[in-house]
Amino acid sequence: MTAPALTELAAGQEVVTFRLQEMDFCIGIGFVREIRGWTPVTVLPRAQGFVTGVINLRGMVVAVVDLAARLGLGATIPGPRHVVIITAAGGRVTGLLADTVSDILTLDSGMVKPLPDQVANGAREFMSGIATLQDGRMLRMLDLTHVLPVAAGGPG
Amino acid sequence: MAGLDELRVTFFQECEDLLDRLGSGLRDLAAGGGGGAEQDELVHSVFRAVHSIKGGAGAFGLDDLVGFSHLFETVLDTLRSGRAGPTPQLLDTLLRAGDMLDDLVRAARDGGAPPQERLARIVAELDLLAEGAGEDTLEDFVFEPLALDLGGTDAVGPGDGAGAAGFDILLAPRGEMYMNGNEPAALIAALATLGPLTVTAGTGRIRPLAAFDGADPGLRWQLRLQTGATAGEVAALFDFVEDLAEITIEPLPGTPPGPDPGGLPAAAAGESEPPASAPVVPPGPATDPPAAVPAPAMPAPATPAGGGTVVPMAAPATVRVNLDRVDRLINLIGELVIMEAVLSRIIADAGLESNSDAVSGLDRIRQLADEIQESVMAIRAQPLRPVFQRMERILREATEATGKRARLVTRGAETEVDRTVIERLTDPLTHMIRNAVDHGLEDAAARAATGKPAEGTITLSAAHRSGRVLIEIADDGGGIDRARVRRLAEDRGLVTPAAVLTPAETDAILFRPGFSSREEVSAVSGRGVGLDVVQREIQALGGRVTIASEEGAGTRFTIALPLTLAVLDGMLVEFGGQTMVLPLAAVAETLSPAGATLHATGATGQMLANRGRLIPVVDLAARFGLPSPGPGHGPGVFIIIESESGTRVALAAGAILDQRQVVIKSLEENYGTVPGVSAATILGDGRIALILDPDDILRGAGAAAAGAPRMAGGMA
Repeated sequence: MTAPALTELAAGQEVVTFRLQEMDFCIGIGFVREIRGWTPVTVLPRAQGFVTGVINLRGMVVAVVDLAARLGLGATIPGPRHVVIITAAGGRVTGLLADTVSDILTLDSGMVKPLPDQVANGAREFMSGIATLQDGRMLRMLDLTHVLPVAAGGPG
Repeated sequence: MAGLDELRVTFFQECEDLLDRLGSGLRDLAAGGGGGAEQDELVHSVFRAVHSIKGGAGAFGLDDLVGFSHLFETVLDTLRSGRAGPTPQLLDTLLRAGDMLDDLVRAARDGGAPPQERLARIVAELDLLAEGAGEDTLEDFVFEPLALDLGGTDAVGPGDGAGAAGFDILLAPRGEMYMNGNEPAALIAALATLGPLTVTAGTGRIRPLAAFDGADPGLRWQLRLQTGATAGEVAALFDFVEDLAEITIEPLPGTPPGPDPGGLPAAAAGESEPPASAPVVPPGPATDPPAAVPAPAMPAPATPAGGGTVVPMAAPATVRVNLDRVDRLINLIGELVIMEAVLSRIIADAGLESNSDAVSGLDRIRQLADEIQESVMAIRAQPLRPVFQRMERILREATEATGKRARLVTRGAETEVDRTVIERLTDPLTHMIRNAVDHGLEDAAARAATGKPAEGTITLSAAHRSGRVLIEIADDGGGIDRARVRRLAEDRGLVTPAAVLTPAETDAILFRPGFSSREEVSAVSGRGVGLDVVQREIQALGGRVTIASEEGAGTRFTIALPLTLAVLDGMLVEFGGQTMVLPLAAVAETLSPAGATLHATGATGQMLANRGRLIPVVDLAARFGLPSPGPGHGPGVFIIIESESGTRVALAAGAILDQRQVVIKSLEENYGTVPGVSAATILGDGRIALILDPDDILRGAGAAAAGAPRMAGGMA
């Protein structure tokens, strides 16, 4: 695993980019295990709202996070055209629900910018940086540690 | 060094097998195992087991163990040579000596100290028996080649005198050592982890308080350590203080006289000169561990049975496999089973003829998958015998402590159960055996008064019954004194004086937390923990405990366990648009709403009349925050689940879909815990279903019944 990349957006790093409600995001390729089409999930009772449920990944139970809901962009109504990006970080495997996966890029040092101060606090905690592409698009680098769900734990 | 460590591990693994053989041999002898030749063979096999332990222990410089097993062997030899008969007294002593040997092996392995008082007692007993043995023993002993023999077999010691039987250590801290915050007590404690340690404080140089000088402390310690550790290992403990104190570490000449009984054992170990007993590597340690350690230790003047053969193994050949590998295999096969189910759905959906080649090929795959699954589960399965054997010892200790006489009859010790189940069964069984001796059996006077034999009988039996393992612990004691249980329960506020209880309900009180039927806590079974702990442990294994008692005739506890923790018998239940699995073990009965009488309690709660009792209703959909059926749609079915204490709750669900074995999958691994859910499983269509946790639901029943407004629905 590319350890330092969990929060840092570094130049020369390969990232998987994906789209979510007309916005571009990326995560380090080291965290991505595979990309799957959407399959119906099993709902987890009393889970956080952005946890859509669990799926069977070759015999392993994996929770799927609705990224849009997680980032405060409203819940996704998933359909066959959505994708689930299976990530492995911090010893856990988690699926991220996104609209489409667009590309795999290598970021040049010139592309990477720190997060502007003006970014609202709510969104800021989920992002670790921004990269501007040649075509003018802006890539938001996801901070996986803050996106992943926390289980309800005890009763209630 | 790593090689030696590995050998040590192998030795202790080997010890377990040997102790096993020792225990079963002695028990068979005690039971009067056959006559003539068969009995001789038993004595020989017991002797060989003790001898092999002694041999290995000698090679590792475990002198406590060498001393004791030698004495043990001496006494066994009187039996072997026919100078003593297998009297019950002798066998009783031998059995307890076997327990002690077990303790010593464990102490040597884990670095603890054996119970000195008990050791001294059993040594005294053995000494007495050994005295009769006299010169023969000495002669036998002269032939004892163990350490020398080992030394001759290509010994490759590091050559620095490491691995001596022990060390004399002088520790004289200088002032700097204290100033740097080093604590001699911690060093001494660390030394004690290596082996038995004798500490003598040298106070001669201490000056009067008035003349005290912090920079020049007078206190010093003379330490004698008996250990299998090397000089390097011992010195390593002093790494941090070597410049701050005067430290000398000298190997002990020969073997120190620790708790070794008499002079013979000391002489025995004396043969293992430090260099000879040093890290000796018998030939082929890695490839053939079972034979490697004990084999060279066989005495030359062996008995007919022992002559030339290396510890005859009646058992079939085995391999030791890391459990992780087996578990990985089990996981893979779980996936194979799921994949097969997915495939069979695809074929069904494709509308292929049932006699097509694809369908029959799939059938064959299914059969194979089932067979593979069974075989792999069998790898994990192990006979209950070791646990049962352990219980014999627990019984001996319990009878010794209570002064009661009892024997243990075991049946079905070959019954196989999943390894994890076996491991977690020892504690509850120990507790129940102690409980049976302490509370179950009457004292001798009471037994005589009712015309029972003075010796009580406790029966421990195991059997497979319809996919589960039943273990019974029965005593022939006085049975449960229900009037007393009732009185105590009322005293402890567990039951109201007005409550009407059936005998079975009274018996079930024994499992309630906070109930311990002895007025005063006894040393044997009561330390504030009661049968409720046993019950919790068994439930954690997915099993149940039940109790049956007949006044004057005894009490019988029955434990029903799943064969494995990896699969579970479940009932597939639908509610709120979801399919979940309810463990079948918890289901008491199912009811159709048509025949059910419901009573409203308060604004929202409901009670179901069932067999003369009112039990709370829990709407599963509401409990899990799923959409409840709208007004006018009552539940499709009531499933009554029951806890061990008899608490019942009726679960309102949509429908029961199926009943089948499911493979348990962890939800925690990648996500976390979910209230009311114990794990997950994968259904035939590849989708995940959650497995409900009945205990959690039962615990939350009160709250759920009171606080689920949506439940009022159309059911009232």
